[in-house]
Formats: sequence, structure tokens, C-alpha cells
Amino acid sequence: MQKKGDTIRFAQPPGIVSYAAVGGKKEAEGPLADAFDLLVTDSRCGEKTWEKAESDFARYGLETALKKARLQPDALDAVFAGDLQCQCTASAYTMRGFDVPYLGLYGACSTMAEGLALASCLVAGGMMRHAAAMSSSHFCAAERQFRTPLDYGGKRTPTAQWTVTGAGCAIVSPDGGPPYVRGVTFGRVRDYEITDINNMGAAMAPAACETILRYFEDTSEAPEAFDAIYTGDLGLVGSKLLLQLLEQAGLPLQNHKDCGLIVYDRETQNVQAGGSGAGCSAAVLCCHVLPALRAGQLKRVLFLSTGALMSQTTFLQGESIPGIAHLVELSATLPEQNEKAARQTDAAAQAAGSPKRQKHAAGRPGAAAEPGPRPQKQPGKEGAAQ
Amino acid sequence: MRPDPKKYDEMCKRASPPSPLLKDCVWAFCIGGAICLLGEGLRRLYASMGLTLTDAATLTSATLIALSAVTTALGWYQKLAAKAGAGTLVPITGFANAVVSPAIEFRNEGFVTGVGAKMFIIAGPVIVYGMLASVAWGVIYYFLRPLMGG
Amino acid sequence: MNFVWAFLVGGAICVIGQLLIDLTKLTPARILVTYVVAGVVLSALGWYDPLAEFAGAGATVPLIGFGHLLAQGVMDSVAESGLLGALTGGFTAAAGGVTASLTAGFLAALLGQSRDQN
Repeated sequence: MQKKGDTIRFAQPPGIVSYAAVGGKKEAEGPLADAFDLLVTDSRCGEKTWEKAESDFARYGLETALKKARLQPDALDAVFAGDLQCQCTASAYTMRGFDVPYLGLYGACSTMAEGLALASCLVAGGMMRHAAAMSSSHFCAAERQFRTPLDYGGKRTPTAQWTVTGAGCAIVSPDGGPPYVRGVTFGRVRDYEITDINNMGAAMAPAACETILRYFEDTSEAPEAFDAIYTGDLGLVGSKLLLQLLEQAGLPLQNHKDCGLIVYDRETQNVQAGGSGAGCSAAVLCCHVLPALRAGQLKRVLFLSTGALMSQTTFLQGESIPGIAHLVELSATLPEQNEKAARQTDAAAQAAGSPKRQKHAAGRPGAAAEPGPRPQKQPGKEGAAQ
Repeated sequence: MRPDPKKYDEMCKRASPPSPLLKDCVWAFCIGGAICLLGEGLRRLYASMGLTLTDAATLTSATLIALSAVTTALGWYQKLAAKAGAGTLVPITGFANAVVSPAIEFRNEGFVTGVGAKMFIIAGPVIVYGMLASVAWGVIYYFLRPLMGG
Repeated sequence: MNFVWAFLVGGAICVIGQLLIDLTKLTPARILVTYVVAGVVLSALGWYDPLAEFAGAGATVPLIGFGHLLAQGVMDSVAESGLLGALTGGFTAAAGGVTASLTAGFLAALLGQSRDQN
């Protein structure tokens, strides 16, 4: 593992063994409808409260991901989960039904990347064998908590975004994959004094800009090396602002995509500036990005989830809205294949290099690492992984 | 390298699509006008049924409130308001919607602690500040009255 | 004729509200508070009555009508009970509307349920 700046890159990238996305009614009418593992058109899920319904969405996500990985819940070393409800109760109450260590996270809509990043770190560090990351949101629960009762007659502004009713879950393990988590960059809080509660995209764009800039500074990669750079839910306005901010910072992007603009069709679905919510990036990651990586349609992507960290209280108290964005570097292949040439140059320098470096090079699998099942690890490494 | 927050505000304004002002106003005008028209019709109807002007007015308000409550409970008021904006917000039907919608929504939190406690969570300020204004006016009027010969 | 003016004046009052929503940072809640207080002020100045006569429900149905009701109520009650009337007048006048809303709210809570939006 190697850390530079805020970016951690894994020498042994963990794989994402399985992923599942659950969507609701509006998602079933959207462009990704066929990609979801499960669509629940009854927003209530037959429950009495919207909050319980959101827990059901999260539960279906976790159960489906476990089923696809052919794992029992007790195979999980931990579940990293969070949502938008106060005190993250959707996730906590979902985990009430699973006897697995639970780490509740609050990153608002950035939770999925945060959870995936943390899970990947603990797996890559050899402390866990299976860790799940999941996140959910529910339009009705978010509306009644952050805005107004559902039957209230209010008009949405053009910059408003529609909270996704859905969940996404990904399970990380040392074996398994593609796709692989090559690295993570943990975000920093950035507040550019946006006070408009109806313009979350504008509030979060600076944080996304910050994390992206740090990733490229830390890794010396170039944006062109990636098939796409995804953000969670900047929406129409936030995406525009992100691109402008990055351009001003000397990093124009041609391959930016936003999950909030992918999950819904803005032209036909009355979602104003696009989708949002903790479940937005989670669902799009698990039904759109990860499958494409596994199938090899995408080779390397950066995936960010973006969050707005205000509460109703801070907003009413006149505070501005801080944002945060966490980044996960995903690839369809193990880094060995991409770095084969670099390694060969390395081997030459190694002859006079440190013993540590020699062990490092010797531990790597052979020249042609293939996608699919991981090559056998060296015994020394295996011990370290346990 | 990182932008200045003041400049960012300018960028946000330019990047944010403005509300379609004309369309919003036309909708507000038509729906707001229509609700008032309905009120006028009801008022005439009640007056023609023999009620005094004040009673007719009270009954008109009560009827509009009842209509708003029913359409709110059915989910129709929200659909109309999503287009009509101020056209459904400003009339008294908007007030009723603001009372009925939290009552429905917070039922899950109990009739006392949900419905009872949160019913006026949206309309509360209208009552508080309306009353305050009336108190202020009442006090002023008390002192002005002898001068006005009223 | 009053029908036409009810429509036009009522519509115009709503348009002012819409302009405030779209062009200023005022939230709907603050706009409604402004309307109610404006109604009290207009009524106090004696400008509301002519408007109500002219536009009928076009003036009484929007929230400024509620403000007018409060102002009238407090004037009546001050005339009757002196200074203490300042405390009772507003609520007395508003009683009908507020109680009707409250009762409707309770019944709706009993019979209705929260719905997902589209």
C-alpha cells in the first residue's frame, strides 16, 4: 500500500466480488431501468412508514449482493453503510436484521464512495476478507425530513434535484473481481458559502473539484487515462460548475459523467437538475459502472460520490452548505497488466536496489495476469492477508 | 489555484438555470384567479341562500378549506401546486394545505406527538405574525380611536 | 362584473407572490407572512375595504384577506373591550379559518395517507 497526499493506492487491489442495485418507481421509468437488479414500484414496500421502506430497499440490496456472491451474511467481516435519515437509521435498522459488524457512516450523498473506500482499505490491509459497502436513499423519507410533507403544495426550482429511491451494495474481498479497487482518495470538507438549499450541486462541486485535483496531484495520472470520471450527484448545475472549476485549475475534463444525470431522463421525468441522494451514486455504481468494468466495456474509471453536509438546523440558522467528495479508482484489470512495462524497467534498477523492493517484485504474479480469478498468491502474502 | 468564494457565487448564478418567469406567472395568475373565482361564486351562492354577508364569507372560507383538505389528502393539491406555485400558495387553500399536509404526514409519529404537535409546523408563522400584527394594530388603534372620533 | 375582477385581482395578487418567489431569495413561508402582515396594514390604512368591495373574493381569498380579517377583528374587540381587546380580537376573527383547517387536518390524518410524488 502506498499513500501520497490524500490518495492511497493498493499494491494488491481488492476485487469487488458482487454488487447489487435496487430502484423504485421513478428509477423504473428511467434510462437504467433494465440495469437494476431489483425494482420495487411500491414506494412504501408495504410498510407503514417511508423510513421502514428505505430500510427494506437497503436490505434487498445487501441480500441480493450476498446472493450474487454466493455468500452467507456471516461471511461478511463488516458492513459499511449510511443514508440520509437522521442518525442514519435506515442503515442501522437494516443491519438490525444482519448479525454482522456494522459501521455507520454519514457522508450525506458521498456515503457510497466513502464506504467502498473504507471497505477496500480494510480488505487491502489484510484485516478483512469480505466487507460490504452500501448506501440508500428514499425520496419520501428525504422530502419529509429535509423539505416539506409529501402532500404539501410546493413548486420545485430548476436547480432542485430528485432524491433517488434506491440502494446500492458492493462486496469487496481480496479475491474476486474484476472490477478492482486500485486506490482511494478521501475527501476534505469544502464550503464555498452556498446558502441555497435548492442548489445542492453548486454546494458540492468545489469539494469534488478538490478531491479530483488532489487525486491527480498525488498520482501523477492524467484524466485521459480514464474512460470516465463519475461524480455522484452534482446534477446539471453542479456538473457545469465542476468542469469550470477544474478548467480554471488547469485540468479540463472531457470524460466527466454524473450519476444524477444518468439515472433519470431530465427531459421526460420532471427531475429538474437531475437525481441526487445517497442511493443515487450507490445505485448507478452498482448497476451501471461496476457491470461495465466487469464486462470490460470500461477499463479504468474514477468514481466519486459527492455529499452536502448541512442539516435542517444549520440551514435555518443561516449557515452555508459545506460539501465533500470521496473518490475510488476502479479498473477492469489488475495493475500488473498496465504496469508491465514500468515493472520491467524497475527490475533493471532493482539489481542495485533494496531487498524490500526485490521481495515486492518477486511477490507479483507472472507477466500475463488475466482478468477473472486472481493468480495464486505467494505463501508469505497469504499469511499477511489473514 | 483554488477559486475564490466570491467569484464562485458569480459562477453559480450563471450556471443555474433561471425559473421560467413568464410561465410561472401565467400559471400563478390562472390558478390563483380561478380559486378566487370559485370563492366569489361560493360567496354569492351562500348570500343568495339568505346568509348575512359575514356568515357567507365565513362559510366560503370554510368551504374552500374543506376542498383544499380533501384535495390535499387525495394528493391532487400537490400535483396542482407543482405547476401553479403561488397560485395555490397564496389563497386560503394554501393555508389549509399547509395545515393538512403535515397532519397527514406526521400521523406515523402519533396523534398527539405527530399530528397534534406538528400540524402547524408550516402554517405556524402565518398565525404567529398575523396575530402579532393584529396586536400591534390593536394597540395603535386603541390610542388612535379617540382621535378618529370612532 | 365582480366575477371578472375577482379573477383578475386574485390572479394579480398571486402573480406578485410568484415574482417574489422567482426573483428574490424570499422563501414561500416568508412571503406568506408578508402577505398576512400586509393585509393587516392595508386594512389599518383603510385601503383594503375599497379593494374588497371592488374585487370581492379576489381580495378576500388570498392571504391578505386573512390579514384584513385579523385587523377588523382587533378593531371590533378594542372598541368593545378597550386595550385588552388587542389581545383577543385577532384570534377571535381567525377562529373560523384556523379551526376549520385544524379540524380538516385531523380528519385527513385519520382517513388519508401520505403519498409519493411524481
